[in-house]
Amino acid sequence: MGTVTQTIQAVPINHYILLASLLFTIGVMGVLVRRNAIVIFMSIELMLNAVNILLAAFSAYRGDASGQVFVFFIMAVAAAEVAVGLAIIVMIYRNTRSIDINILNKLKG
Amino acid sequence: MSHSLFYLLSFITLFFALLVVFAKNPIHSALYMVMTFFAITCQYLILNAQFLAIVNFIVYMGAIMVLILFSIMFLNLNQATEPQKSSLLKFAGVISAGLLMLTLVGAILKTGGGDVPFELIKPDIGLVKNLGKVLFNEFLLPFEIASVLLLSAMVGAVLLAKKDIN
Repeated sequence: MGTVTQTIQAVPINHYILLASLLFTIGVMGVLVRRNAIVIFMSIELMLNAVNILLAAFSAYRGDASGQVFVFFIMAVAAAEVAVGLAIIVMIYRNTRSIDINILNKLKG
Repeated sequence: MSHSLFYLLSFITLFFALLVVFAKNPIHSALYMVMTFFAITCQYLILNAQFLAIVNFIVYMGAIMVLILFSIMFLNLNQATEPQKSSLLKFAGVISAGLLMLTLVGAILKTGGGDVPFELIKPDIGLVKNLGKVLFNEFLLPFEIASVLLLSAMVGAVLLAKKDIN
């Protein structure tokens, strides 16, 4: 374990924040660029993971375990979200034979 | 060794995340996503958050990605059925995301103060033993509520996905 903890000591916290914001931006880009509902879903998972990395890094940085417990809760909620979301996508596919989100524009009020 | 491991893992994470977004075939997107999650698991390991690494490995790489891959195969999606945005909209999306990145990175660099090398004050907070103590003392109520949430999500998913029997 000694080598593991030594590994991290040379990395400034800023680089973790940069990594997380770049990953978050890639997720936003995926939501904006793609039209496939499942790929948009995966992009949202990317954004959640960016936040998870940031929380874990801050938790290790401050020596406070609450951040890592929060990451655990985010993972639980993400699992529930994926289950319900994929069920909705399967239902949409059954009704429209497509998972193109542009078909869903009839949801407009 | 030393800290170059972090930069290597960051590069792998961002590279595969970009491939997730730009792969034409949804199956390839999902497989690149598995690689991204694997790199993130390694990030947790070098942060010495071993519990999170294991949970990330089992829940994200195991459960969630299998669920997504299964539904992609179930819906028979491939390159031929993939809907494409017009290139103008794609360009606009990339530009907007780039502007967001510019704002975030600029704000971080301008704030400063985070350049001191990282020091793990308590290196063992991420171990299962310590996290279990925190989880079952301070966060007992949210933990129980999370179980109710998972149960209701399961019921909701079954209810949504099953065919109407009329």
